[in-house]
Order: sequence, then C-alpha cells, then structure tokens
Amino acid sequence: MAGGGGRPLCGKQAAVISVGEGGRLHPEVPVLQTNNGPGLTGLITIAAHLVKQAKKDQLLGSTAEEKAVVQQWLEYRVTQVDGCSSKEDTRIILKNLNIHLEDKVYLAGNIFTLADVLMYYGLHHVMVDLTVQEKEKYLNVSRWFNHIQHYPGVRQHLSNVIFIKNRLYTNAH
Amino acid sequence: MRLRVAAGGPAALKVLAAAGAAAAPVRLVWGGPLGETAAAAAPLPGRDPLVPAPVIPTPRRGPPGLTGLLPPAEQPLAPLSPPWTPALELDSGTVLFSPNAICQFFFLARGEEPTDLTNQWLEWEATELQPAASAALYAQLVHGRKGLEAVEVLGKLLVHIELNLSRRGTAYLAGDTKSVADVVVWGTLFPVLQDETSLPSELQVLRTWFQSMTLSEACRKAADSVLMPKALLEFKSYLQKQPPPCLAMERATSNEPEEEEGSEPALTEEEITAAVDAWARGVAALPKPWQPQKPVLPVEGMRNVLITSALPYVNNVPHLGNIIGCVLSADTFARYCRLRNWNTLYVCGTDEYGTATETKAVEEGLTPQEICNKYNAIHTDIYRWFDISFDYFGRTTTPYQTMIAQDIFQRLLARGFLLQDTVEQLQCEDCQRFLADRFVEGTCPFCSYEEARGDQCDKCGKLINAVELKNPQCKLCRGVPVVKPTQHLFLDLPKLEEQLEPWLEQSWATGDWTANARYITRSWIRDGLKPRCITRDLKWGTPVPLDGFRDKVFYVWFDAPIGYLSITANYTDQWERWWKNPQQVELYNFMAKDNVPFHSVIFPCSLLGADDNYTLVNHLIATEYLNYEDGKFSKSRGVGVFGDMAKDTGIPADIWRFYLLYLRPEGQDSAFSWSDLMLKNNSELLNNLGNFINRAGMFVCKFFGGTVPDMVLTPDDKRLLARVTLELHQYHQLLEKVRIRDALRCILSISRHGNQYIQVNEPWKRIKGDEKDRQRAGTVTGVAVNMASMLAVMLQPYMPSVSLAIQGQLCIPPDCFVLSHNFTCTLPPGHRVGTVSPLFQKLEHDQIEALRKRFGGGQAKQTPPASVTLMAPGDPELIQELTEEVAKQGNHVRQLKANKAEKAQVDTEVAKLLELKKQLALAEGKSPEVLVPKGKRKK
Repeated sequence: MAGGGGRPLCGKQAAVISVGEGGRLHPEVPVLQTNNGPGLTGLITIAAHLVKQAKKDQLLGSTAEEKAVVQQWLEYRVTQVDGCSSKEDTRIILKNLNIHLEDKVYLAGNIFTLADVLMYYGLHHVMVDLTVQEKEKYLNVSRWFNHIQHYPGVRQHLSNVIFIKNRLYTNAH
Repeated sequence: MRLRVAAGGPAALKVLAAAGAAAAPVRLVWGGPLGETAAAAAPLPGRDPLVPAPVIPTPRRGPPGLTGLLPPAEQPLAPLSPPWTPALELDSGTVLFSPNAICQFFFLARGEEPTDLTNQWLEWEATELQPAASAALYAQLVHGRKGLEAVEVLGKLLVHIELNLSRRGTAYLAGDTKSVADVVVWGTLFPVLQDETSLPSELQVLRTWFQSMTLSEACRKAADSVLMPKALLEFKSYLQKQPPPCLAMERATSNEPEEEEGSEPALTEEEITAAVDAWARGVAALPKPWQPQKPVLPVEGMRNVLITSALPYVNNVPHLGNIIGCVLSADTFARYCRLRNWNTLYVCGTDEYGTATETKAVEEGLTPQEICNKYNAIHTDIYRWFDISFDYFGRTTTPYQTMIAQDIFQRLLARGFLLQDTVEQLQCEDCQRFLADRFVEGTCPFCSYEEARGDQCDKCGKLINAVELKNPQCKLCRGVPVVKPTQHLFLDLPKLEEQLEPWLEQSWATGDWTANARYITRSWIRDGLKPRCITRDLKWGTPVPLDGFRDKVFYVWFDAPIGYLSITANYTDQWERWWKNPQQVELYNFMAKDNVPFHSVIFPCSLLGADDNYTLVNHLIATEYLNYEDGKFSKSRGVGVFGDMAKDTGIPADIWRFYLLYLRPEGQDSAFSWSDLMLKNNSELLNNLGNFINRAGMFVCKFFGGTVPDMVLTPDDKRLLARVTLELHQYHQLLEKVRIRDALRCILSISRHGNQYIQVNEPWKRIKGDEKDRQRAGTVTGVAVNMASMLAVMLQPYMPSVSLAIQGQLCIPPDCFVLSHNFTCTLPPGHRVGTVSPLFQKLEHDQIEALRKRFGGGQAKQTPPASVTLMAPGDPELIQELTEEVAKQGNHVRQLKANKAEKAQVDTEVAKLLELKKQLALAEGKSPEVLVPKGKRKK
C-alpha cells in the first residue's frame, strides 16, 4: 500500500508554496516556487509534482486506466468540490460521491491515491458540519472519509471528524 | 472501449480530437438528451456529471479514422453522466466521465505520460478556461452575441495562452510536440472561436497555434462530425433552457442560514439557564405521583379524564389494525394521563348483542350467551397480553345495560324524539319470528343465483332488500316466510339536529377532534339527517320496554355506545359521577374512522334528547386504517396477524406495541410490514434507544462501581440539558393533542442526543486519563444515566414492560415515575444502580421471513395455471370464447341443481365453472380473486 509511514507528503520539499497570483479568476490558487524553472500553478499540478518528487508515483495510479481515473477525481475535486457555493451543490456532490463509493474502498477503486488525499482535504469543512443524520444519509462517503482521515499521515492539522458506529436513523437512505 | 459523445455538445470536440490524435481504438456511441424534458432536467455539461440520464444512441456518421460505428440498439453507456457530456467506457467496465481525463487516457494509453506542464494546462483548462468558455458559448448561442464581443470574457485567458507560448518559444503548449494539453485547450476554444479570425489580431502567437491545431487531421475531423449545424441547433435549444453559467468569482455567496430539514432550533440563554435550574432542583422539582382511590371517581379540583375505546365486536378476533385503532391508542394515552397526575378512568368491553352473534351461535351450536362468554375470554386474554391498562374491561350483556338503555329510551320517548313507522319484513311462521336479513336465503332478483342472502347476493354482489328475494327460505327451518308489515321505532334525528349543532360547535371549539372525525361528521350533517330505526326483530338484544314492541330488541348501534355507561356501572355503582357530570369530566373517545358517525352524531343525539346532564364527548380521536403488508387484513384468507397469534411469534408484546404505535395511522393509512418491523426493532430500539440506556447504565457499573458519580456541568452539558428539555416539551405538546405517533419520535430523539453525547465525550477513554479526564467521564456518565432515567418514564405509555425493566435496572425511585415539564437530576451522585442488562434483542432476517410466510404477507402473487399465463390480457376473441363457455357451464350447473343431481356431481361441475370464470377474469386482465364465492369462505 502506498503512502504509508506517516510522513507528510510534502514534508521534505525545499520549496515555497504561495497562494494567489494576479490576473487569475481564482486568486486562491496555490503556486509552487521551486529552485529551478518558472514555478507551478494549481493544486493538482503541485500535488502531482510533489508526489513524483517524493517517489510515491503509485499515488497517481500505476496503469493508464488508474492514472486517468485518479486524474478524473483530482479534476472533480478542483472543479466541482471547490466550485460549489451552495448547500444544494454540496448535497449533489455528497450524493454523487455516495453513489460512486457504494462499491469502492477508495475513489479509484481498491487503491489509495492522491485523489483520496485531496478529496479529503476538499471535503473536510463539509464533513465537520454534517449532522449525525446527514452522515448516515451519505453513509458511503462517511465510511470512506473516516477511513481516509485515519490513513497514516493524511489528517495532519485537521480535526478528527467523529462518526458513530451504530446507525441511529432508519429512514436516511 | 466505447466512447459516448453528443453531437453539438462542446466537450465532444476535445475527446474526439484526442481520440483521433492518439489513434485510440474506440467505438463511438452518439448520444443526445432524451427529448426536451430530459434535457431540461440535465445540468450543464461539466456540472453534476454523475446524475443518471438515459442515452439514446442514434446512428450517425462518426469522423473517419475512428474504428467502427455502433448499431443503434447498443446498451446505454455511462448511466452516471448527463447526455451532453462525453463518457468513455473502458474494457474493464470503468467509466470515465470527465472529458479531460478521457483525453488524458487516450494519450496515456499510447505511452505519453503527463508532465508537470500538461498537468498544469489541464488543470488551468478545467478551472479557468472551461467556465469562461461556457459563458462565452452561452452568450453566443442564447444571447446571439457575435465576434469579439462574444469572446470578451475570454480576454485575459487568451492573453495567458499567448504569453505562455511566446515566453517558452515552443510551437505547442507543453513543448515542441503536440500533447494532450493542446487538444484539450483547442477543443474548448474552438466551439467559441470557430476560426482564428475571431481572435484579437494582437495575439499573433496564439493565432498561429490555433490555426495549426484546427488544420490538424484529428481536430478537423472531430469538428466536422460534432459541430454540424443541426446538432448545434439542438445544443442551442438545450442551452436556452439552462440558467446562464456563472463564473466562480461572480457567484454571490449566501451566508444566510438555510432552513434545513431536521435542523435543530437554536437554544436561547434563558432556555439553558432554566434547564440548568430545573436539573439542580432534583426530585424536589417533581410532583408527587397521584395514586387514585379504587374505584377511580372524579375528584373536585382535579383534571378528570374519562377514556373509552370503541367496543370490539365480540365474535371477531381483533387484528393488529383493530388493536392500534382503539385499545392500544387509548391505553397509551391513558398511561400518559396517569403519569401527568390526571385522575383517569379507562373503560372498554365487548359489544355482544346483534344478529352476527345469533348467526355465530347457530353455526357453532351454542347459545348466544355461550358464544359471548367464549369470545369475551379471548378478547380479555389478548388485551392482557398487550398490556392494555383498562381500569375495567366489561361487556354489554349485563343487567345494567338493559337498565340504562331502557332508561334512555324512555326519556327519548317521553320527550317526543321517537317516531313509529311500518316496515315490510319477512316472517317465518314456523319459527314464529321476523327474519333478520342474514336469516333468509333465496334466489337473487338480479342474477337468479339461488343462494343469495337476505342483504346481499354473493354471486353478483348486489345489495338486496330481503323482501325482494324470489323463493325466500328461512335459514333455520327452511320454511317459506311471508311478507308482513311490522312496526318499528325511529330516532327523530332531524328534530334533534337543532340541539346537535350548537353542541358540536362548542365541542369542536374547545376539544381535540381529529381532522377525519370533523370531516366525517360534517359530511353526515351536510347530507341531511333522517330518522333512524332503533329496533330490530331479533331475540339477542336489549328488549324494547314498550307495549307492541316487547318481542323486539334495540338495534345494535343504538345499544352499543350505551355500553360505555353500563360497563362503567359494572365497575362502580357511582358511575353517574363520570357519565352525568360534564362539568368535571373530560371524555375522550378512541376509535377507527368507520365508527365516527355513531359517536359524533347518533349517540350524542340520543343523549341530548334524553336530557339528563350526560357527559358528551369532548375529544374524538379517530385513526385511519392500518393495512397489512400490501393489502388488507383478512381473517377468511388467513392474511395478517391477529391478536391471539401475536404472542406465538416470540416477539415480546412491548415490541409489538412500539411498532404499532410507531406506525399508528395518524392522519393517513399506514401499513404493517415485517421487514420494517425488523428494521425498526434493530435500528431504533436496539441501536438507538436500547444502546443508549444500556451504555449509560453500564458505565455507572463498570467505571464507578454502580454508584452515580459527581457531575460538574460544562457549557456543553448545559446545552444538552436544554436540548433534552425542548424534546420533553415537544413530547408533552404532542401527547396533549393525542399525537401519539409523533410524540414517540421525541423519545427516540432524546436517546439519539444521548448516543451522540456519549460518542463525542468518550467516557470509556477519559476514565483512564488524569483527574480532570476522570471527572469529565463521571459527569458524562451521570448526565447520561439521568437521561436514561427520564426516558424510562417517557417510555412507560408506549412500552410499559421495558419501562419497568429500566426502572429495575437503574433502581429509579417510584416517586420519580411522574411526568413534569422539567428534566431534573433524579439519580443524584451516590445513587446506586442495580444490575444492567440489554433491553432488546435483535430480530433476525430468517426469523422474520418465516413469520412473513406464516402470516401470509405478500402472497398477492398467486400463480395462475400454466395454461393461462401465456395469454395476453385483452384478447377479444379469447374473452368471447370464454364468456360463452362460462354461460354454457353456468346453465349446465343450474340444470343439474334443478334436477336435484348428486352433490358430488354438482360440485365437480361448479369447480369447472369457477375455473372457467377465473380464466375469463385473467383474459380480461382482472384479478381472479374477486370470483371466489364469498359464501364459501369460512367466517
């Protein structure tokens, strides 16, 4: 299994990540300033770069198919999850993820990938605010999220989101 | 692999171009939105990509160079993405729904790995360029903007491309060779720009790049196949129905709190302070439980509540619907009233007089009284098992019934509210009696069926007036009855109406009548009241004390409600203190909705007319019907759970009570379902309520040696106290309005709060921590076990045995078994609890399936004979043929009967007839069940 060992994914990088660049539609987009080259812009781009630097390429998937699936969920994270601005958007995303995760351990199926890490970070603010009832409604998302937050090295500074083991609501499907 | 694209859909361009550029071996499926409605329901491409939408594959010419075209009837692909978005189904079955990931895959598949630069372009395209291009496209297609004006929104982004290309000095975006980045960016720009002339002339490098891309074979072919004029029009009409796309930065963010379903109301400081004060007062804050004298009689200055549930007819074994409809609902309310220290009397009994009992007696070869004794005992047993807390369960065949009914009759007579009229009726001269409808049989005047009953024909189903029967026969002696005029007495409802209406108005204004009770009553009065016959030519009933009528009895609907009074009289000789005391007594009648008119119109009219200061109903509580699985309870078909069978299921009475009350048909019909029973037991009782109470008690035992620890309340705990208090108030509000089912939700809500409280505070971890942690564990445990203690009291009306078990386990003092509006600390620090054990058992799937089979649920699917299964319903020739055969066989049977043929022979031919009728019904598309002759059913 990839990514273990409890080390932060970008812990040893001699690089500066800054947020914000003039002239973009999304001023909060991160920029990685490395010692060589013009720097990299964008969450996926930087994360993928750091993963490769850390020689954890398996986090991006091994086969062409896995790589494309990881790419797809990374894109979903930055377009859909980051783009949502209303409760309704959030609800749709949770609903869709819940369907997708019905028969999968991780976003990309049976392998833990960068998509899980970034999706976890993208959804944390959503998950902490869910009621117990909503957590049960999006049961697959909750199961996945709880799994990822306990994955070594993932959670970092974020708070632990509590999930109740026993189901309390029966009509929340 | 299969690639679905929609012609006209903008994202189709890049995936086709990428497939072409990477020479990917894809099979194409051309999709499009399913008609206009489906298209309107589907979101914009790129948004909500997982929403299922059907795909209509329409064969179209794909770009040359791509392998193979699909036949039109191929399986829909990518059910999770909307039709305007491309989807790629890989050979493994995985579906990619994101256009960029699809493009990426084509390049990956031929060994072109993404680089930092291609990644950066793809991310930029998805987050920056794509939203802007969508907006530009919308402006063009929907608003009709043209040229530079339309691409204005893309301005900065185009400059970004220009700068990147010129700074790097490369021919393509990510180097000197074409990559996935070029295809993706070009594919998004092309639908907007169409050709390089729409680009601002100063962006020279961009123009060159764009032109060379457009001229490449893959891109050109993709454009030719996707952007056909007709397809663009389709896409335009789709876009017109969509809200304009808005760029992320332009979006207004709303910080207004949205009212969410199930969201909890905010607590005020006052509520929290009040809750904390109440908590601190402890048991002293509770009133002393009231123990009424026996027999219970109204007490001056107290709230005196008289509760009745509709009298069950004696020779029907009640089913679950009957039980929840009256006795169980009334019991729950009566228990609640007692816990509120209201002086409460709950009476009920069996309704025993009437034709049905007489018929049953003839059937079973017993006297009517013996029948009543037998069935009254069955009822009594059933209600005892369900733990129904009657103060008295009586019966209507008592001397008090005769006395009180006759008294009311005499008073009505004296006050001129009775009329006399002649009715034509059949009399059997041999038996020396008038024949009630069910005591006559004869030939149906409509269909000539020979065994029609006096009230209804079992064959054609028509209602019959007994005197119209041809060849009538006395069912008892087979003699021929004669038509004779007979005198009957009628209650003059039209004359009583002027008293009824003001009383109803007042009762509705001050009491709680369920909506259905008001509605049914209103429609009765609106249709106009007519005189109603109150006498019958029967023997088994209360005799009519008037010369000329002494061989008659009271009609059961006149007689039965008087049972409430006579049953109370059998309980206490001071019954009039309840029934002639409207000043001090509040009367609640519980019943199913079919009983409403008798309690809201006819019986009140009798009492108003009798004019003896009777207590009239203040609150009429009527339920809707409970169905069984998908159909009705039916004794004759053996479908459904009947009262006497419930205990044989091995499921405890309290679980039955809980589930029936949980789905009490309040406001609308509900349905009993075995799997739902299992679900509710396992989730609500086991996981929620039982789990919480058990954990709270176990923590006291395990961590604190069975003694409730000291509690130091934090602000979080105080909020919890206030939250629980709110639920308690809600519980009272609902039960005071007899909304029994809704109030049960409050109990479950409190235990849910309790579970969350324990889960968040983790006392089992803190108990191992330092002094502060251990104190916290103590507080949490103490608060939780006090919540459990209050739940035990709140639960008592619903699940009395479970409540008692909790009381025993936690050693709750009897003085705490009273309901107030406060959540107080009833188990203070130092209180010793007893032995704690689980309250509920899991119901297993196999057990429930076995019960479902046993009680015939879901058996609606009867398999018809193989010979008819293949026939399509509605075949006119077949119907014609079968109709003729049925008629022929019918005649044959009649012939045999007329010739007094042997019974065995007749039966065989009747069976053939029935089989033919069944086939006919099936051919006509009807359910064959309706044809089973009713008379043949065991009642």
